[in-house]
Amino acid sequence: MLEIQNLSIDYRGTLALHNVSFFVPAGQLVGIIGPNGAGKSTLVEAILNLVPVTQGVIRFKGISLKRQLLKTAYVPQRSYIDWDYPVTVWNVVMMAQTVQTGLFNKFSRQAKHLARTALERVGMYELRHRPIGELSGGQQQRVFLARALAKEAELLIFDEPFTAVDRKTEDIIFDVFQELRAAGKTLLVINHDLGDSLAIYDQLLLLNKRLIAQGTRHEVVTSDNLERAYGRGLTRVFA
Amino acid sequence: MLDWIIQPLSLTFMQRALMLGILLGILCAVVGSYMIVQQMGMLAHAISHSVMAGLPIAYVVGIALSFGALIAGVISALMLYLIESRSRVKTDAAMALILTSFVAIGVTLVSIIPGANRIDLLHVLFGNILGVTMKEVWWTLAVTVVAITLMRLFFKELLFYTFDPKGAQASGMPVHFYNASLIIAMTVTIVVCLPTVGALLVVALLVAPAVTAYLLVKELHQMMWVGSIIGSLSSVIGMYLSYYLDAPSGATIVLVAFCFFCLAFLFSPSEGLLVSFWRKHMRSRLSMPS
Repeated sequence: MLEIQNLSIDYRGTLALHNVSFFVPAGQLVGIIGPNGAGKSTLVEAILNLVPVTQGVIRFKGISLKRQLLKTAYVPQRSYIDWDYPVTVWNVVMMAQTVQTGLFNKFSRQAKHLARTALERVGMYELRHRPIGELSGGQQQRVFLARALAKEAELLIFDEPFTAVDRKTEDIIFDVFQELRAAGKTLLVINHDLGDSLAIYDQLLLLNKRLIAQGTRHEVVTSDNLERAYGRGLTRVFA
Repeated sequence: MLDWIIQPLSLTFMQRALMLGILLGILCAVVGSYMIVQQMGMLAHAISHSVMAGLPIAYVVGIALSFGALIAGVISALMLYLIESRSRVKTDAAMALILTSFVAIGVTLVSIIPGANRIDLLHVLFGNILGVTMKEVWWTLAVTVVAITLMRLFFKELLFYTFDPKGAQASGMPVHFYNASLIIAMTVTIVVCLPTVGALLVVALLVAPAVTAYLLVKELHQMMWVGSIIGSLSSVIGMYLSYYLDAPSGATIVLVAFCFFCLAFLFSPSEGLLVSFWRKHMRSRLSMPS
């Protein structure tokens, strides 16, 4: 369903990704792992047309993804957001419907219903009038999850969603991921952790500038692959 | 007291100055609110000085000085964007370079172009709201109405873009268009403010009311409303003080705006410094065993 072919990205003369190719069928939850600077964020940013692609093809359902960005939802890294911005939880979630609603139009009843349902799903509807900056890290992440849900996207991309979240938020995110997968959505999740949390993914992509390995957790997290991605030190820790 | 208020109103130049001050208070708060949340304060500072390069060129070409200033401001913003995106040079270094170079261009051209020395650089630097014409008031009204209408029409898009630029771009929004539009709106506001407070103080008018409102409210549109009231009040109070103390009007307006900021910084109900101290003190007293 999501098809990446020979993707290469040069950023000001530095190679960020080289010749990455993979295929993800619909209804799969895919984890992207790799060391810092491996190009994980660059890969998802290229998929979302946020960085220029030097070479390669990105297709979703056989059509260039660039032409159907409305079918995608994106939850960026926490550090990209200014959490002191004067905006309420409700207005953050309504952003999901901004482009669909169109210029000069007010949000429809249907758009508001989607936002309400999404906020209720993540347990944040009661706090909808709160400024985003007054929430805990976990609550903020749930608001962004609600925004992704309210977009009714088919391809959902999360950049390190488990950073600085509490146990309750982690459980909600896991549950929502399972529901989305069951609904036939495609999910790409950048995961910093190499521990037991990898068990939730249908398949993993191990990156370090190139695609080192792709497959199930047992196929990807091997000492040989980890050594190729992280070097010898980490392999010893996991051995 | 009533006399103190009414007496300056009988003077035509004061009526014009007050009208212009109120309009600028509104315009600057609306545009300034976006500047604050986009952290574009230093960019505004660079543009406010860069506009000086356009004045002598406009004089030679024979177009309105304000139009020359606008073009120079936009070119300086474009050059900053180019340097930042196409090299390893960081934003602050690029801004310092562009700001000083454009001022140097302005100063040099004013002295070497025949006749351009008629441009009063001191007036450009410090402004004089008491000398504004009715034409300038009408222009400012037109710019304010257009700016507010556009900001209202594009409010939801600008909210999304300024809060989460990557998310907005990932949704297919033309983020470069919105970025350029905000820079142009800021440059136009700066140019409109030049005759009033001058290039040195214009950024204060853009920043102070909006940032004061930022400390008091919780949403962007409230920031614009409250900022507009603070901005207009600063202009009116500043003008009266300037009239009675015989002080420079631009500087007095900016100082009043700064006083409003200090009050909000100390007494804002949600995050004022003294209010926080007081709350902490009361909490520790309540938790002490009797």
